[in-house]
Amino acid sequence: MLTVKDLYRDFKGFMAVNGANLEVTKGEIVAVIGPNGAGKTTLFNLITGHLKPTAGIVQFKGEDITGLAPYKICRKGISRSFQIVNIFSKLTVFENVQLALFSKYSKTFRMFSKASKYFIDETNSILEKLGLLEKKDLNSELLSHGDQKVLEIAIALASSPDLLILDEPTAGMAPRETERCIELIKKLSKEYGLTILFCEHDMKIVFNIADRIMVMVRGTTIIQGRPEEVRCNELVQKAYLGDIC
Amino acid sequence: MVKKSIILITIFTVLIVLPLIVPRFYVYLTSIILLTGLLATSLNIAIGYCGIYQFHHAIFYGLGGYGTALVITKTNLPYYIAFIVGPIVAVLFSLIIGLICMRLTKLYFGMLQISLGSLIWAVVYRWYSFTGGDDGIHGIPVPDFIADAKGNYYFTLFVVSISIFILYRIINSPFGKTIQGIRDNPIRTVSLGININVHKLIVLLIAGFFGGVAGMLFVVVDNAVFPDMMFWTYSLEILIMVLLGGMYTFWGPFIGAIIIVTLRTYLGSITQYWPMILGLILIFVIFFLPQGIYALIENFVKGKAHNADS
Ligand SMILES: Nc1ncnc2c1ncn2[C@@H]1O[C@H](COP(=O)(O)OP(=O)(O)OP(=O)(O)O)[C@@H](O)[C@H]1O
Ligand SMILES: [Mg+2]
Repeated sequence: MLTVKDLYRDFKGFMAVNGANLEVTKGEIVAVIGPNGAGKTTLFNLITGHLKPTAGIVQFKGEDITGLAPYKICRKGISRSFQIVNIFSKLTVFENVQLALFSKYSKTFRMFSKASKYFIDETNSILEKLGLLEKKDLNSELLSHGDQKVLEIAIALASSPDLLILDEPTAGMAPRETERCIELIKKLSKEYGLTILFCEHDMKIVFNIADRIMVMVRGTTIIQGRPEEVRCNELVQKAYLGDIC
Repeated sequence: MVKKSIILITIFTVLIVLPLIVPRFYVYLTSIILLTGLLATSLNIAIGYCGIYQFHHAIFYGLGGYGTALVITKTNLPYYIAFIVGPIVAVLFSLIIGLICMRLTKLYFGMLQISLGSLIWAVVYRWYSFTGGDDGIHGIPVPDFIADAKGNYYFTLFVVSISIFILYRIINSPFGKTIQGIRDNPIRTVSLGININVHKLIVLLIAGFFGGVAGMLFVVVDNAVFPDMMFWTYSLEILIMVLLGGMYTFWGPFIGAIIIVTLRTYLGSITQYWPMILGLILIFVIFFLPQGIYALIENFVKGKAHNADS
């Protein structure tokens, strides 16, 4: 579904992504791991069009999407969440999701009808799916950090993506919130058949839910494979994981 | 909700009977306040609701006025065409200036807009044979039914009411919510598949159009146009109205316009220090009323309601 070939990104002489390769097939959960500053976020930004690659190719559903504008990439079927919570903090929880639906159904140019009448059922059902329904009328900045991260997933889901990209979905969550979020990701994959690409520092989570893992060090892909393969790979151990095999 | 509509109906009734009870000068003043209120509200659509640094809004006001004035004085076309051409000229320039400035963001957008706007101002200021140069154009005729103070007052009231109603609808539409999303979080908005630039450009056209409508109304009320209408200092004055009244509120800029126009009418004629007074108002707003007067009123009303509850 998604193929990244020899991707490079240069920040004034510093190669943040330096030969990344990635393959995501339909229905999979793929994790990208790597130490701080390895280039995971930059890689996601390159895939979603927020940054343009210096070299390399990004293919999605067989189509070259390298360097397309982010809004076009979203319309092709890739949605994302951000590492640092990125929601519409002045809007209510409900309106956050509703806004994504305006875009999905191309209603953002409607000027003379009331916004509040649109997509009430669909918005509610997405919020219910993610357990945010009771909080729908709250101003989204009043949500707990964990709920804000889940809201971000809700916003991303509202676009009905084929591929969902999550940048450290559980970062900063309390243990119980983390558990809930993991269950949620599993559910999205199993019940709704979503393809998910995420990155995460917590190895327990990664090995718990990922079908395949890609390891990045200093911008370069070292290996992509099944959890067992990755766990026992010598290079990975040397570079990153230490002795856990 | 109910309360709000009662307030609106009351204000509207007062506005309708006003010319029957007050002297002509106040009718004229109210007309100017109404059209300036529309001008400030149209600026707020861009700067307040979409976060676009529209620093030279007066250009569209001036273009709307000159467009109308020139059609009336230089052609034999019917009046209603002149009234439509003004705002259309404003929209066209809004499109051109917008397309050029959109390459830049934030302050740079605003600075470039001031430069381009000043260029247009300079052309208008110099082109004596066409625009009347620094004198402008005076004694512009208008149809009989809107020629006297009462007539043009009702015309202004009618056009401003419809315009404000349209703008209100736009702000609360899916489009309105989308541009507020663009203002608050552009990165998140593009990730939803929304083409930010197209939306911003449309906002600029809307703001330019209603700025142009205000300019057209000025011709009807004052029978004159002059280059000062589109000098950059007047843009600053409109911006101060928006800030004073409250940038993120719908009615704030209108209240700002009422205050500034009234102050200018009374203080501007007795002192030559109007710009200084404006500067002081700006400083006052920045330090003591960062949210604007409308927010103050709203808090006051809410506070009272709260006290009454408990
Ligand atoms: N816009 C930028 N300009 C310059 N350098 C950047 C920029 N963005 C990222 N970098 C650098 O690129 C490297 C990779 O950053 P990136 O955020 O992709 O890492 P990461 O793997 O997501 O790290 P973390 O796990 O801490 O989130 C870092 O050294 C960072 O400082
Ligand atoms: Mg990161």
